[in-house]
Amino acid sequence: MDTLILGLPVAYYIAMVAKVLVAFVFVLLTVAYATYAERKIIGHMQVRLGPMRTGWHGLLQPIADGVKLFFKEEIVPSQASKFAFLIAPLVALIPAFISFAVIPFGDTITIGGYTVPLQIAAYYDQAGKQVFDINVGVLYILAMASLGVYGIVLAGWASNSKYSLLGGLRSAAQMISYELAAGLAIISVFMLSESLSLHKIVADQAGGAWYAFKQPLAFVIFFICSLAEINRTPFDLPEAETELVSGFCTEYSSMKYAMFFMAEYANMITVCAVTTTLFLGGWHGPAFLPGWFWFIAKVYFLIFVCMWVRATYPRYRYDQLMRLGWKVFLPLTLVNVMATGLWVMFISK
Amino acid sequence: MIMPLIKGLQITISHMFKKPVTLQYPTERPDVKPGFRGLHALNVSHDKAKCVACYLCPTVCPAKCITVEAGEDANHDKYAAKYEIDMLRCIFCGYCVEACPVDAIRMTEQFELANYSRADFTYTKDRLLEKK
Repeated sequence: MDTLILGLPVAYYIAMVAKVLVAFVFVLLTVAYATYAERKIIGHMQVRLGPMRTGWHGLLQPIADGVKLFFKEEIVPSQASKFAFLIAPLVALIPAFISFAVIPFGDTITIGGYTVPLQIAAYYDQAGKQVFDINVGVLYILAMASLGVYGIVLAGWASNSKYSLLGGLRSAAQMISYELAAGLAIISVFMLSESLSLHKIVADQAGGAWYAFKQPLAFVIFFICSLAEINRTPFDLPEAETELVSGFCTEYSSMKYAMFFMAEYANMITVCAVTTTLFLGGWHGPAFLPGWFWFIAKVYFLIFVCMWVRATYPRYRYDQLMRLGWKVFLPLTLVNVMATGLWVMFISK
Repeated sequence: MIMPLIKGLQITISHMFKKPVTLQYPTERPDVKPGFRGLHALNVSHDKAKCVACYLCPTVCPAKCITVEAGEDANHDKYAAKYEIDMLRCIFCGYCVEACPVDAIRMTEQFELANYSRADFTYTKDRLLEKK
């Protein structure tokens, strides 16, 4: 136990590898079964059954889909820019997963006298009894969230197809419009927490003092903007099949298409996890169940809301989308930041 | 602007708890209603087809899918020596049943008419008689 590698105990490295593996496998499984849950939930909302044949009530459907996609033919358009075409799915997929490095999915657990913080990029000071995580965790998440759009734009451009290009460009425009409002919505949370560390933000929300109650407008706007940023209905213009065939992934097949698909669902899980962390009190909940359970329950509830929204609303038109982003959400969040600032300055002190 | 959005969400969530209308088709069979117009059958009386080869059904048929050829039996009665329906052309309008003066043709509840070859879609007199 006392052996040190680069100034840190061995247990730290073991715990780190375990956390990375558990979180990654869990997110992958959630991605697979989110597709199943989406088909089931939307099916029942449309008074249908959804998948029923593959396994009991269609439970093996994600595995069957995965195997099918794996054995599909790899098609690269002859006029495509090959390198960019091949790298684009990876560029879309990886940022979707690495955001989980900073999301705290629980407080701390003690195994064999060694306390581990349930957050991948975090260190627990055993003597000082304090968790240290990345002190700009939210900025890291915002940065990774914006990186994902490169994959989509690159895919659109490299495919050398007019539909793909239009889809990619729409995605870029949409990202920029909604990232501003989402960022400003988070700023009002920082004003209250006075920290960018996700662990600190969650710790501040103990005892039901969730930021969703203190900042309801920021919560709603952040969640809607997140839906727009991850290109989910009703903001799925980059892959609007009525006008763009399948948007940026029109020319993709096989595992490369599966990667875009996984990226989309992984992004949804990331966004729900970030919303839970920032606004819904992260791991806090009634004490009879462990913190990670409440975190997962909240994330799954938000994923359900995403699917519910998808089953309800039709797609926005492009000009409506831009108007909503720039003329409604941006001014609203600015007013919210102003109001929060005045409250922090004059009332709460 | 916000109330209609909330109302939409209410509608979708209420539908989630309704009984799905899906029919698990090959295992669950549909409830075929009376008056359903499925595959034709030739009615039989005294071990013979009732058809007298009057040619009213091929005449009235809008899809021109019925082929009848008259013959003369041992009692010098007119009968259908050949009676064929091309199921690829048939539109299941039921005019042949309405037109028949001797109630020789009817429509059954059978609707699964898929087959592997074109020739199998030509329902000859024997095949039409089999469906009692």
